[in-house]
Amino acid sequence: MQDLLYFFQQLINGLTIGSTYALIAIGYTMVYGIIGMINFAHGEIYMIGAYTALIAITGLATLGITWLPIVLLVALICAVIVSSSMGWAVERVAYRPVRGRHRLIPLISAIGMSIFLQNYVHLAQGSRNIGFPALIEGGFQLGSEDTFPLSISYIQITIFITTLICMTALSTFIARSRTGRACRAVSQDLGMASLLGIDTNRIISATFVIGAALAAVAGLLLGMYYGSVDPLFGFIAGLKAFTAAVLGGIGSIPGAMLGGLILGVAESMTSGYLSGEYKDVVSFGLLILILLFKPTGLLGKPEVEKI
Amino acid sequence: MAANNIKHALFCAVITLVISYPILGLNLVADGAVVYLEGATTFTVVSVFLAAVVVFLFQLFRDDIMARLGFISRLNPLSGRDPMPQQKRAKLESWVLTGIIVLALFWPFFVSRGSVDLATLVLIYIMLALGLNVVVGLAGLLDLGYVAFYAVGAYTFALLSQYAGFSFWMALPIGACLAALFGLVLGFPVLRLRGDYLAIVTLGFGEIIRILLNNWTNLTGGPNGIGGIPEPTLFGMEFGRRIKEEGNTSFHETLGIAYASEHKVIFLYLIALVLAVITGLIIRRFMRMPVGRAWEALREDEIAARSLGLSRTAVKLSAFTIGAFFAGFAGTVFASKQGFISPESFVFLESAIVLAIVVLGGMGSQIGVILAAIAVTILPELAREFSDYRMLVFGAAMVLMMVWRPQGLLPMRRIHIELGKQG
Repeated sequence: MQDLLYFFQQLINGLTIGSTYALIAIGYTMVYGIIGMINFAHGEIYMIGAYTALIAITGLATLGITWLPIVLLVALICAVIVSSSMGWAVERVAYRPVRGRHRLIPLISAIGMSIFLQNYVHLAQGSRNIGFPALIEGGFQLGSEDTFPLSISYIQITIFITTLICMTALSTFIARSRTGRACRAVSQDLGMASLLGIDTNRIISATFVIGAALAAVAGLLLGMYYGSVDPLFGFIAGLKAFTAAVLGGIGSIPGAMLGGLILGVAESMTSGYLSGEYKDVVSFGLLILILLFKPTGLLGKPEVEKI
Repeated sequence: MAANNIKHALFCAVITLVISYPILGLNLVADGAVVYLEGATTFTVVSVFLAAVVVFLFQLFRDDIMARLGFISRLNPLSGRDPMPQQKRAKLESWVLTGIIVLALFWPFFVSRGSVDLATLVLIYIMLALGLNVVVGLAGLLDLGYVAFYAVGAYTFALLSQYAGFSFWMALPIGACLAALFGLVLGFPVLRLRGDYLAIVTLGFGEIIRILLNNWTNLTGGPNGIGGIPEPTLFGMEFGRRIKEEGNTSFHETLGIAYASEHKVIFLYLIALVLAVITGLIIRRFMRMPVGRAWEALREDEIAARSLGLSRTAVKLSAFTIGAFFAGFAGTVFASKQGFISPESFVFLESAIVLAIVVLGGMGSQIGVILAAIAVTILPELAREFSDYRMLVFGAAMVLMMVWRPQGLLPMRRIHIELGKQG
C-alpha cells in the first residue's frame, strides 16, 4: 500500500512538471512545424516570462495590492505581454533575415540569441537566484499520517488546470479561427499558402507570439512551483521542453502535450526511485534514444525528403 | 505608405520599450528573504527611451538608410579589385604563417609571465577551434557538445596520472585517442540524423558527460575535481624547484642555471605552440586529401555527394572522430596547464565559445579561425572592466554574423587549379 502511494505521489509530481514542459514545448513544436528550425532561444523567453511575472508581483506588493486573483492576473498579463513582444522581436531580428538559408545558419543565430538573452537578464538582474513568493500555498492530503500520505498541493492543481485551459484554448484556436487555419496551411506548404494570399510573415510572427505567450504562462507557474528564478533557469527547461516536443513528434501539438507528460513522469520516477542527480541524464538519454530509433516521435508524421 | 510606415515604426518603438524597460529598468533586489524592486539609474532609463527613439527613427526612414548603407560598401577600395592570383596568394600565406610561428617561438622570452600564460590558453583555444572547424566548418555537422571530448582528454590525463602515475607525454596520445574513440562511438549511431537534431543530441551528450563527471564522486572527485596533475617534463627533466618523481632530474640543475618559475610557463607555452602547429598542419593536409574534399562535398549537397558514391557515414564519422581527437589533445594540455580540473570547466558555455570562434573566423577557414581565437580570448582580458559583457557581445556577434556575413570574417577560399586562358 505504501509503495503504491509513493508511486502515485511521484506520478502526480511528474504530471505537474510534465504539463509545464508541454506548455513550453508548444513553442518549439509550432515553430518547427512551420519553418523547420529549432528556436533555441525559446527557453530564454520562458525565463524572461518568469522574471517579468516576479517583477510584477513584487511591484504590486510594493503598492500594497495583495488580493490573490488580481496579483495573479496582473502578473500573468505582464509576463505574457513582455514574453510575446520578446518572441516577436527575436523572430524579427534574428530569424527572419536568415530564413531559407542553409539549415545551420538559423540554428547558430538562435544559439547566439539564446546566449545574448541569458546575459541580458544576467547583467540587468544579477546572476543570483531570487526567491519567488509562493502565492498559492497549502494543499490536502490523502491517507493517514502513519502510512505514507499522498499530498497534492493547490499549486499543483492550479498548474494542471491552467495547462488544461491553455491547451484547450490553443486547440480550438488552431482548429476554428481564421489565423489558426492559416497556420495549418502554412505549416503544410509555405510557398503554396503564400500563393493563395496568406500573409506568411504575419503567420510566422503569430506562431512565435503564441509560443512565447504559453512559455510565459509556464514561467509564472513554474516560478511559483520552484520558488526561485535565475538567468540560467530557462536553458535546461528549454532543453527538456524540446525533448518533450521531439518525444511527442515535432510539429504536432497533441504530441507536445503527450511528450511533456511522459517526460515529466519519467523524470520524477527517476528522482523518486534512483537519484535526483540523474534525472537530467535520463531525459537527455531518452531524447537520444528517440532520435535514434523513432526520429518522428510518437505522434509525428514521417518527413519525406524531397529532391 | 507614409502612414503605414509611421504605424510600423511606432509599433517597433513600443515593442522595444516593452522588452527592455521591465528587465532593465526595474531591478529585483533580494534582501535576505525579502525581495523588493529598485528603479534603475536615470542613465539606464534614459538609454532605454533613447533606444526606442532610435528604433522609431530607423524604422521610419528604413528604406533611405538601407540605400545609404549600400553606398558605403561601394566605397570600399578593395571591393572592386580582382583577387590575388592563386599561386602568389599561397606563397604569401605560407611566408606570413612561417613568420608568425617564428615570432611566436621567441616572443615568450621577452614578456611577462602573465601574458605567456594567457598565450597558452589562446593556443589551447586555437587547437579546440581548429578541431571544431573540421566538424562544423568543413563537414557541416553542428556539434554543440564538443566540450565533452575536451573533458574526456583532460580527465583521461588526470585519472591516469592519479591512479597509474602516467606522465604528460604518455597520457597525451592516450587522451587524444580515447576522445577520438568517444567521438567514434557516439558518432556512429548519431550521424544519421539531420543537422539540427544532431546539434541537440550532441548537446545532450555533452551535458550527460558533465553530469556523470559531477556525480561519479568515487572516480572523478565530483564537483571537487582532481588536483595535483603533473606538468610535462623535457626528456625527464622537471621544471619545479624540487624533483617530485624518482628518476627525474631538474631542469635548472642539469643546465646549471638559476631556478626561475618562468621556465615552466614558457615550456608549457612552447609545447602548446608545437601541438597547435601540428594540429593546424595535419588538418591542412586533411583538407587537401580526398577525405577533406568529401567533407565539403557532403556539406554542400548530401544527395549529390552520395549519388557519386561517397559513403555518408564513413565521411561524417571521419570528420567527427578527427575533431574529437584534437579536442582530446587540447584537453590534455589544458589539464597539465591548470594542474587541477573540475566539471565546471566543461560546461555548455565552453562549447558555445569555441563555436563562436569558428563562426566568427569563417567556417572552414583556418587562418580566420586562428585570428578569431586570438581575438576572442585576448579582447576580454584587455578590456577587463567590460569582461561581464563578454558573453553578451558573443551572442550578439553570432546573430549579426549569421545575418550579415555567414561566411565569417575571413572566409575560406577553395584551393583550386585554374585552367590557363585559351587562345
